[in-house]
Amino acid sequence: MSAELRNHDRELFWFQRRLSLAAVLVVIGFLALLGRFVYLQVIQHKHFATLAEANRIDIQPEAPNRGIITDRNGVVLASNYSAYTLEMNPQKIADLDVAIDEIGKIVEISARDRRRFKRLYEEFRTNESLPLKSRLTDEEVARVAANRYRLPGVEIKARLFRQYPFGEVASHVVGYIGRISQSEKERIEQQELSASYKGSDYIGKRGIELSYERDLHGSAGSTEVEVDANRRVVRVLSRKPSVIGNNLQLSLDIRLQKIAEDAFGNKRGALVAIEPATGDVLAFVSKPGYDPNLFVDGIDPQSWDALRDSPDKPMLNRPLQGGYPPGSTYKPFMALMAQELGVRTASQAINDPGYFRLGAGHWRDDKVGGHGIVDMVKSIVISCDTYYYQLASELDIDEWSGFMKQFGFGQKTGIDIDGELTGILPSREWKAKRFPKDPKLHVGDQVSLGIGQGFNTFTPMQMAYATAVLANRGVAFKPHLVKRVQDARTGESRLTQPSPAYTVPLKQAHVDVVLKGLEGVVTAGTGRTAFLNAKYSSGGKTGTAQVFGLRGGDYKASQVTERLRDHAWYIALAPLDSPKIALVAFVENGGFGAEAAAPIARKVLDAYFDPALLDAAIKKAVSPAEALASASLQREVKRAR
Amino acid sequence: MIQHLWAKLTDHLDPFLFAVVTAIAALGLLVLYSAVGESLGRVISQSQKMAVAVAIMIVIANLSPQFIARFAVPLYAIGILLLLGVALGGEVVKGARRWLKIPGVGNVQPSEIMKIALPLILAWYFERHEGSMNWRNFLVASALVVIPFGLVVRQPDLGTALLIGACGFYVLFLAGLDWRIIVGGAILGGLGLWAAWEFNWLHDYQKERVLNFINPENDTQDAGWHTIQAAIAIGSGGLFGKGWGNGTQTHLEFLPEKHTDFIFAVYGEEFGLLGGVVLIVLYLLFIGRSFVITANASTLFGRLMAGSMTLMFFTYAFVNIGMVTGMLPVVGVPLPFVSFGGTALITLFIAVGILMSVQSHRKLVNS
Repeated sequence: MSAELRNHDRELFWFQRRLSLAAVLVVIGFLALLGRFVYLQVIQHKHFATLAEANRIDIQPEAPNRGIITDRNGVVLASNYSAYTLEMNPQKIADLDVAIDEIGKIVEISARDRRRFKRLYEEFRTNESLPLKSRLTDEEVARVAANRYRLPGVEIKARLFRQYPFGEVASHVVGYIGRISQSEKERIEQQELSASYKGSDYIGKRGIELSYERDLHGSAGSTEVEVDANRRVVRVLSRKPSVIGNNLQLSLDIRLQKIAEDAFGNKRGALVAIEPATGDVLAFVSKPGYDPNLFVDGIDPQSWDALRDSPDKPMLNRPLQGGYPPGSTYKPFMALMAQELGVRTASQAINDPGYFRLGAGHWRDDKVGGHGIVDMVKSIVISCDTYYYQLASELDIDEWSGFMKQFGFGQKTGIDIDGELTGILPSREWKAKRFPKDPKLHVGDQVSLGIGQGFNTFTPMQMAYATAVLANRGVAFKPHLVKRVQDARTGESRLTQPSPAYTVPLKQAHVDVVLKGLEGVVTAGTGRTAFLNAKYSSGGKTGTAQVFGLRGGDYKASQVTERLRDHAWYIALAPLDSPKIALVAFVENGGFGAEAAAPIARKVLDAYFDPALLDAAIKKAVSPAEALASASLQREVKRAR
Repeated sequence: MIQHLWAKLTDHLDPFLFAVVTAIAALGLLVLYSAVGESLGRVISQSQKMAVAVAIMIVIANLSPQFIARFAVPLYAIGILLLLGVALGGEVVKGARRWLKIPGVGNVQPSEIMKIALPLILAWYFERHEGSMNWRNFLVASALVVIPFGLVVRQPDLGTALLIGACGFYVLFLAGLDWRIIVGGAILGGLGLWAAWEFNWLHDYQKERVLNFINPENDTQDAGWHTIQAAIAIGSGGLFGKGWGNGTQTHLEFLPEKHTDFIFAVYGEEFGLLGGVVLIVLYLLFIGRSFVITANASTLFGRLMAGSMTLMFFTYAFVNIGMVTGMLPVVGVPLPFVSFGGTALITLFIAVGILMSVQSHRKLVNS
């Protein structure tokens, strides 16, 4: 019994020892927890407090409203309207086709929308959502919203869309915007503009939209919001508004532009009209054009292939990027140069036998038997080749190119849209560089250059510029499409070209001779038929530039395939005494300048001098659908205010 | 009459223990209100569960330890049978069989029963062999631990298995298990864990939890996310907390399981270090009182039972807070008397009832 008791006491003793040990462990455990609290809540408090704030607060970018583009009279050419889009995040979707079919049961998804979406996805491979269908009606929005639970990765967004109410008209001027590509994104980062582009998906791709991107875009604002763990907004903490882009007023008159484009019909070509006293580009036509609205939400592959593969090259900006020999439209400038360089006086005449011979070379004139006695004015009026063959053979090519440079031949005119071609103004240096095996520019080469053939390669833009400088008697304004940039918030605006760029030193008497020649073309020469009964005075010059080396033999337009036919040119300025407009009309493979290009120039000049015709053009231009678009646009403008 | 009944009912309650538990539970309801988005629904439901649990506690406090000991064998047997039932046909929730549907009773989690049944049978067994304990008794006792442990591990529910194993181990430890065996067992256990890791005895989710515990930043969206968000909540609470109902982590849904296992993160965010210290002090008072009860117990059964329950409370509190603060891997352990949920609450109050029973029946046995 006592042994058992002792045993019991011993067990109790050991139990108490172990219990004490356990108690010590408990205290150590709790102290460890307290230590952990101190570490988290005192030592690391700042770090975790920052993380908690970062968790809680989200900065939501606010894309700015893009600036509006209007013509010189305030007619809207590019604007924004807000619409609902159905967007889908391809990353959150297992099978795109199945998902689109599913959406298709709720709102109509056209085959074009589907193709366009897939093309966008392939192009961008982004983890953001991409538009599947835009411009949803209120009813469609309601239906999608009601079925949202069935459509993971699909959302409805209200966003601003770019709209070009005139469609194809002036498409090569205005250009278009499109989604920001990877390389554009990198460029934005390089230029440290990322902050301005936060939340922006679109950027100018072509035309004014591209070259004035910085003005048009504006800069992003941001909203600081409190969000929950699902990034849903709980409340707004602060807001920094976005800065809307600047509005652009073009020098273009959309009425004149429309008339000019219509004048081309189905012909390919270019027309540039400039106000000589300011450098304002009044019309800038490249035919055929394209509908810029197609590009805004991403173009569908079918439309894109059609535009890209068309033999008519609708995406080519012909006035800017088309290089052609100027043909006889070069002759007035040759005549001016001859006087300025002292090689000819106006009254010096030649006897034209119908050809020009130099050594073994033989160059024919159009007219068999020749034009007889030809002085400078007559040489322009009747477009006498022999006169210029001879003149060209007597000139020094470097003096020649030096003079022509002042009129912008073979030079970039510096117009305010990108992609301008330099062209070729032949000189000794150019020849040596271009043809290292035959570095010398031969006199024979010069003879062709004298009538605007051969190596001469100028753009319609350059021809228009040269004509404008001539019309302005040597005072040169840089041609520009954007006349005024307006800050939409303050209303302040600035002119893009307030003063002349330079002045070509010319003897005005020499200019008078050339203008007299141009007048003769219209009254008695190659432009007479086209300008019969015009209500204004004008000067002009036709040109027919060869595409194919047939000049030596018989050339019959009907026998040559259309693509190899001559290009037709017409340059014009009006009214004669103090020109308000200088223009060039160019018809690709149009044949004779007098027949193909001059009538187009006539239509444009007629309209320019007749306000009633101008106004009729725009009334005709606005179809019911366009009127609707412009009405919604005006609502948008009001809302923006 | 009613007074008499009231006196009889409360006679066996330990006022100190009850006061501390009430304080912790009240604090728990306060935090719960904030954690569930400041709505009363869950708070009321939790209060009702608490009332039921307290009623059970009072009943058990009134039973003598000897009477309680009679339940040891049947309860353990039922527990084992139910665990076998789970293994054969339990409800699969999130890839694990933990629940058993019993017609007329509802869903039962047999592993919860084992948290009480295992210490109970061990204490009963050791008391039967009081004064003549040898290594064979410990071998039998170990077998009693290993069987339910193994069954729960297979469910698989490693966290609960370890808790059950711990409860069993505490009894063995207090009963005087040889230190050499404890140390040897610890080494073997370590090797076993290594082998389990190396030879893929663990389930992927278990491995992942351990890995996430070691480096939570690796996986910020899934499992590691819990740990990180909880640490952010507690750390951002600072010295005095963001104030009741002002926790941004809590109210913006960054915290997972914020009214159940992770409720301490809400508490830490809104009441700060000060609140943490208060809660730890309350737990210390509660456990300290339990130690006193254990030390004063008059029978071996009472001592072992009270001791293991005491250490179980500590284990719950320590493992839960340790896991929420990122000191320990994430296992499914509630914060005693605070986390939302009825099952754990009942287990805990049964344990409190046993402690009170041991305390209040002490003199009777002595006299």
